[in-house]
Amino acid sequence: MSTKSAGRAVLLAISLGVVTVGLIAIGTIWPGKSVLATAGVSQRRLIYPSTPQASVENLIGEIGRHEWQDAYSNLANKSEFTEPEFVQDLTGSHGGLRTYATLAGYDISTQHASADKAQVRATLRWSTVVDTFQDVRDLNVVRTDDKWRVAWPIARQPRVAPQVIPVNYLRWDVIFRGAGDDWGAQDVESPHVRIVDMHPADRASQGTVILGELLNEDVVPAYVTVKATLLAKNGSSLDSENAFDKMSHILLPKQITPFRIDFPNVRLSQVDSVRMEPSSSLVSASADPVVEIENQKLHPVPDFSLTGDLVNQSGQAVGIAHVLATFYGSNGDLLWVSDGYADRALLPQIPVPFTVSVPPDLGSKIVNYRVIASTYSENRLQ
Amino acid sequence: MNRKLGLPTLAAFLLIALHSATAQDGDLRIPKIVEAGSSLTIPSSGNVDGVLYVVGPGNVLRRPVRPGESVTLEAADTSNAGHYLALLVAGSSTQKAEFDIVAARQPASLSFLAKPSRLPIDQRDGISGVVYVFDSFHNLILDPSQVSFHLNAPDGAKARTATTHNGVAWTKMDSSAKPGVVNFQAEVGGVHETRVVQQVPGDPCTLRVNARQAGSRITLETDPVRDCHGNSLPDGTVVTFTETKNGAPAATVDAPLKHDVARTEMPAYPGAVVSVALGVAMGNEVRVGGAR
Repeated sequence: MSTKSAGRAVLLAISLGVVTVGLIAIGTIWPGKSVLATAGVSQRRLIYPSTPQASVENLIGEIGRHEWQDAYSNLANKSEFTEPEFVQDLTGSHGGLRTYATLAGYDISTQHASADKAQVRATLRWSTVVDTFQDVRDLNVVRTDDKWRVAWPIARQPRVAPQVIPVNYLRWDVIFRGAGDDWGAQDVESPHVRIVDMHPADRASQGTVILGELLNEDVVPAYVTVKATLLAKNGSSLDSENAFDKMSHILLPKQITPFRIDFPNVRLSQVDSVRMEPSSSLVSASADPVVEIENQKLHPVPDFSLTGDLVNQSGQAVGIAHVLATFYGSNGDLLWVSDGYADRALLPQIPVPFTVSVPPDLGSKIVNYRVIASTYSENRLQ
Repeated sequence: MNRKLGLPTLAAFLLIALHSATAQDGDLRIPKIVEAGSSLTIPSSGNVDGVLYVVGPGNVLRRPVRPGESVTLEAADTSNAGHYLALLVAGSSTQKAEFDIVAARQPASLSFLAKPSRLPIDQRDGISGVVYVFDSFHNLILDPSQVSFHLNAPDGAKARTATTHNGVAWTKMDSSAKPGVVNFQAEVGGVHETRVVQQVPGDPCTLRVNARQAGSRITLETDPVRDCHGNSLPDGTVVTFTETKNGAPAATVDAPLKHDVARTEMPAYPGAVVSVALGVAMGNEVRVGGAR
């Protein structure tokens, strides 16, 4: 390397260093507003609510940092509801998905504004370990005492009327053989399950996808899993995956769950055969709660999705509800399996909306669908 | 038992190998067949102190022997059935004998494998039972034994007999036409073991739903769900109600059976059709506002 080249390299290194330090300084002094919502740094010191947008950003920042008292005290309409009602509107209750959610980011857009009033649409993006969901709120922002304050559109949770709901559904408990039993001692039989439908598909974005349905044909509840192994023409294994949360893992007697297993790195043309391994084990379970899925509606492209309401017909609150939808073509063939979660707990008789997304390219092919819901509460599996 | 293996075993085998390679000075007078749990006396005829080694499956015994005295193996020393080698080493001479310890004739315990623990009614050869017969030292009794199998079914007892071959006997029996818990018993020489087999109803024979509209809701209830033998299906069995409006599903409920009947409520969409299914079995359809 010549002396001239070495000098250029040193100059380039120094330049890159200066630019990097400069960018870090800019990012520190003027951080992104969406990032601030989830950062530990107080946003109030950086942005003053001298505009409707700044007022909304302040509020979202306080929500993201769980500074409920500050957020509530700055609201324009706080006389209309209490602070606990405000908190419950955002974080849910009864162990629902919102209880475990953190604010991952937000978008705001001003719908219209005047000297004293403005309407700002805020899209809050919440994140959980199982799913993400959006919370879209149209916020009225009003100017009082030369300050902009947000009037929070409280969504009061319906209350269940005091009543007695008799619940006497069956519950199964299992006693397994003990470690000290003789090898010939009897153990309880694992539930008999059967794959009643299976269909491999090649998806441009998801690679090879195995779709299917699994039936618990026994008279006892089953904890089920499905594993698929893709085999090449020479018999070697290309990949092996299981359905994870794209199925309901607890099946009551004669209950059917769809399943979907994704192989994003394998094309169907590479696959010669598929080895399916359904497995089941006995599990303690309850036939309660019963969840009704009503107002099901398949929305056309471009917002291609399936929506509906979950209604808990039992008397006990359900923390998290997982919705699985199976979509069929004209010949009853399996086209797709999607899932989604309700973001609020299911209180008795109170409808809770859900949305399940569907790939838009399947819009013209879907002629039928089936929806099931599995539930999870802190103190029991189902 | 395994605690006795290791260095002593290795040493004994080395000793045996050494003496086998050098001197063979006659046989010990030991019965060729000894019943497990019997005491065994091994006489000695030398005139110097010696050591008796008894090598068997899973253990090695070592006993000092005085000249002209015999050695007695107690019941605990002869509890394991198998082929044994006895070596009496005294000075430069070695006497040896081979003998078998066989299981006692009297059965003391059974290992009874009954499968499955749960099966549908009316299954031909659906229940299998396998019995292994052991003596009081848990040696497999290889002599033929007569095994009686009894199935105490709700619609009458069934019995079979089988003879053990090499210590094992097996049978297959039909499940009965009535569901319920069945005792499946195997018996040999007064020793018996019991297993429990649960016979469960078969698939539903017919599935029929009735609807009653009350305002904006419709109450749906199935007729009692039974299999083709008239047995009630177990509580908790899931019945799926699906309401279809304009050809597309609008509401779904998975409701469990309770006292033979599944019951639920759904929205009363005008003109909607409600269908019912149990597993892969379909039932009838009813139209909201008029039966089908």
